[in-house]
Parts: sequence; structure tokens; C-alpha cells
Amino acid sequence: MLPRLPLPPFVRFLLRRAAALVLLGIGITLVAFLFTQVVPGDPVSANLGEQAAADPAVVKAFRERYGLDDPLPVQYLTYVGKLLEGDLGISLQTGEPVRTNLGTFIPATAELAILSTLVAVLVGVPFGVIAAVRRNRLTDHALRVVSLAGISMPTFWIALVALYVFFFRLGWFPGGDRLDPGVLSPPHKTGMYTVDALLAGQWSAAWDALHHLILPALVLAAYNVGLLTRYTRTAVLEVIGNDYVRAARAKGLSEPSVLVRHVLRAALPSVVTVISLVFANVLTGTVLVETIFAWPGIGQYAYRSAVTLDLPAIMGVSLFVAVVYITINFVVDVLYGVIDPRIRVT
Amino acid sequence: MTSIAPEGRLRGRFRFRWVRPEWRTPLAVVGAAIAIVWILVAIFAPLLAPHDPLAQEFVPFSPPSREHLFGTDELGRDVFSRTLYGARISLPLGVLLVALASTIGGILGAIAGYFRRWVDATVMRTADLVFAFPAILLAMVVTASLGPGLRNAVLALVIVAWPSYARVVRSLVLSVGDSEFVWATRLLGASAFRSLVREVLPNVVGPVLVLATLDIGNAILLLSGLSFLGLGAQPPAAEWGSMVATGTQFFQQWWMGTFPGLAIFTAVLAFNFMGDSLRDVFDPRTARESRERL
Repeated sequence: MLPRLPLPPFVRFLLRRAAALVLLGIGITLVAFLFTQVVPGDPVSANLGEQAAADPAVVKAFRERYGLDDPLPVQYLTYVGKLLEGDLGISLQTGEPVRTNLGTFIPATAELAILSTLVAVLVGVPFGVIAAVRRNRLTDHALRVVSLAGISMPTFWIALVALYVFFFRLGWFPGGDRLDPGVLSPPHKTGMYTVDALLAGQWSAAWDALHHLILPALVLAAYNVGLLTRYTRTAVLEVIGNDYVRAARAKGLSEPSVLVRHVLRAALPSVVTVISLVFANVLTGTVLVETIFAWPGIGQYAYRSAVTLDLPAIMGVSLFVAVVYITINFVVDVLYGVIDPRIRVT
Repeated sequence: MTSIAPEGRLRGRFRFRWVRPEWRTPLAVVGAAIAIVWILVAIFAPLLAPHDPLAQEFVPFSPPSREHLFGTDELGRDVFSRTLYGARISLPLGVLLVALASTIGGILGAIAGYFRRWVDATVMRTADLVFAFPAILLAMVVTASLGPGLRNAVLALVIVAWPSYARVVRSLVLSVGDSEFVWATRLLGASAFRSLVREVLPNVVGPVLVLATLDIGNAILLLSGLSFLGLGAQPPAAEWGSMVATGTQFFQQWWMGTFPGLAIFTAVLAFNFMGDSLRDVFDPRTARESRERL
């Protein structure tokens, strides 16, 4: 129970959610830390050469240097302290700081994830509205089958089929990577090639980057189109039978106007809450899709780290993803509170 | 007849009555039909498969033909036989995974919802923590550190999957636990445990079963995904996900990845068709009532 502060309810709502965010953050770092403790593998032999590991004096110095003999809680605090400085350790596979690796890989995935989410929203939400409006008619049934098919297809399989058909057979799209071999990457600003190329005014490079993005983005969107169609349909059906919708119709508003201003306005909050789910799906998908499309993003990085047991890298990716994920959840919560004032009180 | 039936029986019949019509929707029928076909394939794979799924005795990379319906793979194995045998891995493990996750999650959720206070807080915050990591990433980390293999993959996915059951069961127990008929049994002298088991849980089982059916498809997807990444089934096992993975390496031989992938798709679709029809029962606003209202 928070004491009743003399603050407006919305600020209190924000504070409460932010406190939950901090708690979750502590939990996540704790999990990540415990993982590094539980997982078999000796940091001494992993980081020192064989000769050095055989020398007790070197080992002792190493353990002291990295505080490996400190009690666990102290080690945890050291760990969090490093995290706060942005130090995620050294990746075993690349030999570079995990932070540097993430810096190069995140923009590639971000580009892919953003485009894919955009496609999913632009297709899935209208599909859901149409399905709801044409409830129990042929269109609704057809869209239902389509959306169920969307959530039933293994992403890695659609990727394979799409690559075979549109790259190998038809040659409409490139078969992987972010740019054609001859194209130079645009000057680094955001790391997202499409954006960077546009900022630098390199139109052909921008087109090339987009061209490489389209197929993986569409493949990633398939699951979320299905998901959003189903959620939007449900959300719209929940409000479409309300009296105020009937009243809007009765006062002579056109059907599109009723749909957009009264139905969608009320249905939107529940659709917004799904966005965190959509984002989680996109990330799940990138792990599978990036491997197939040779897309140098964090999905592929995570996968390679997992199979090589590159613990600092895995933890770096997990922490990053978890932080983004809970931040999105926080933003969605707040947005929900903004759109629907009733939420703020509970 | 109805009036003298014991209370429990009546509730049971009531439950039965509203499930049955939903099974008559075309979607549920199609879903059930495909699922039954796959279950039969899983059981009778040795009789149905023309060849040994592991025998490397044919010309590698042969395209589909009458001899090899789905062609052969890079080691000269019959893809059709391997796809049929794949059902023996994905289906039982998918069901097992969901059974484990729903049991563990269900028990934890029921305890959290019934005893509330710190038990509730502990269980639900742990669930939140698991939710904070995307499923596949967490499962990948767990499998990779336990060592790749189907058993560890299932274990990892159970760790990832239990919280959603815990949440559902907890909220159901919270709402059912406050119902008058539960209070009535408590007032009649039933213990907390008895009222939880006899009155609350029977009303929770239905929704959890639906969630579980819906989830079998998801479980098959995730499990085959882990195998696709090389963290689940190990060669030479005939597993759908790892077959698709091989297919991506030889992707000009389209049949190697396409057919096992199609198998995953149809199996998952079957469970999603059934789950979706069943779900309408629990969300009447989207199904029957709205039909009557408008």
C-alpha cells in the first residue's frame, strides 16, 4: 500500500508501474547472475590459458582480480555495478566486448522487427475489423482459417519456402544478408541501413537495403498477422454490440464513421495490449529467421552464442531483450492508462 | 431425473452439454479429423512407412517419385518414411510438454490463488520473471546449458510454459473461490482443502483443458523450433524440425524441408482449429451471445 501522496492519480499510477519495473529489473539481473553461477564451466580455465591455469599464483590473482572468492551477494552487486556501467563482459566467440557486438547486431534486428511489426499491424488490424463486421459470414470464416493458419505455420519453414520460391525460383528477392555484395553500407548513424541510406541521400542503397528487408519481414509478420486478426476481432466484437454504437448509427452517422470513431476507439486499448506479445513473437521469430536469411542480427547472435555456450553473449542478449520487453510492457501499460482512465485506479 | 441427480453430477452434465455443440462446428471437426489422422500415423508408423526411416539405402537427393513419395535426403533416406515417423516424436512430446506445464503451473496457480498473501506474491512474481524473457530465448539458454537433446528441450519448454497456466488457474481460483456455493460448503463445515479440491478445482479444469489443447499446437511449434536450431532432437532422429533444418542446407532440394514442415503445419493447425472452437465456449461474447443480441 502506497501512502496517499498529494499527487495526481495519473502520476501515482506511473510511479507504481515504474516501481514494478525496477523490481522486475532486479529480478532479471538476479536470474541472469544465478545462471552464470549454475551453468557448468569454470571461468578460470575458460579465460586463462592452460599454462596460466596451472600456476596457482596466477589463478589466485585472477580470482582476486575478478572477485571470484567474494561471497555471492557481493559478487552479484559487483555484477550489477558493471551492468550499470554497460559492461556485459567479453564474448567468447568473437573475443570482443558483448556490448560492442550488441551495438552492431541490434540495429539490424531493430530494422527487421520494426518493419515486420508495421506490416503485421497494417494487415492484422483491418483483417480483424473486417472479420468482426462480417461476423459468421463467409469472409469471417475465411479470415479465421487464414489467421489460424498464420499462427500454425512454423516460422522457419515459411522462411525456407519463401526463400525457395521468391529467391531461388522467381528471383524477385535477394537470398540473404542486408545488402547486395557490391553495395557499400551507408555511413553509420543509426545502424539501420534503410534509415542511414536515406539520411545520406543514397537512394539506391536505401532501396537495396529495403529490398533485402522485405522477405524476412513478411515471413516474420505471418504469425503476428494471425494473432492480431484474432485479437482485433474479439476486441471489436466486444464493443460493437453496445448501445452507444447503436445510438451512433441511429443518429445517422455513416458506417465507416461509426466504425472508426466509436467502435475502433473503444476496441483499440485491448489491441494495444497485444503489442508486447507481438514484439515477443517477432523476437522469437528473429532467432529462427535470421539464421535462414543470413541476417546479422541479435537473433543469429543469440543462436550462435547458445550453441557455443558463450555465456556472456547469451546473458547480454537476454538482458537486452528482457529490458526492451519490460519497457514495452511498461509503455503499453501507461498507454492503456492514457487511453482508458479506468485502469489508473486499479 | 435432473432434480434428484447429485449436485456434482448435474454440474458435470451441464459442462458436457455446452461443450458438445461446439464440437459440431466445421472447424473443430476438420481439426479433430487431422489430429486423429496424425495420431493414427504416430501409432502405426512402422506399418505405414514403406522404408526404415534411418536406412541410408537409396540414391541421395532423388526428387519425389512413386518409389519415394517425398523424395530422399542427403544420406539417401526416404523422406516420406521419416516424416511419418516424425509424428512419433512431436505428438507425444507436445502432449507431454503441455501436460507437465499445465500440471505444474496449475498446482502453483491454485495454491497462489487459494492461499493468497505471500504465497501468491512469490509464485506470481516468479511467473512475471519468466514472462520477462521471450520463450524461445530462455528455452535456448536452458537447453544449451543443460546440453542439447529432446529431454532437455522439453524440460526447458516446461520452465518457459508453466507461468501462463499458473496465471489462468490463479485467476479462476480467485473468482470461483469467492462464489457463494464455495462459501456455502465452507459454512457446512468443509475444510479449505476439501473445498478447493471438491468445489473449486472442478470448475477450473474445463478452461485449463481448453488452454492446454490450444497449447499443444504451440508446444509442437516450439519444440520443433528448438530442434530446428539443433538444440532438440539429435541426428539421425527423424524429427520434423531438424529435418527442416537439413532442408535449409540443401535448399535446392525443396522436398527435404517442405514436407516435414508441412507436417508440423498441419499438426499444429489441427490443434489450433480445435482450440479455437473450444475457446468460443469460454468467450461467449465473441460467439453465440453476440449472434443473438444483434
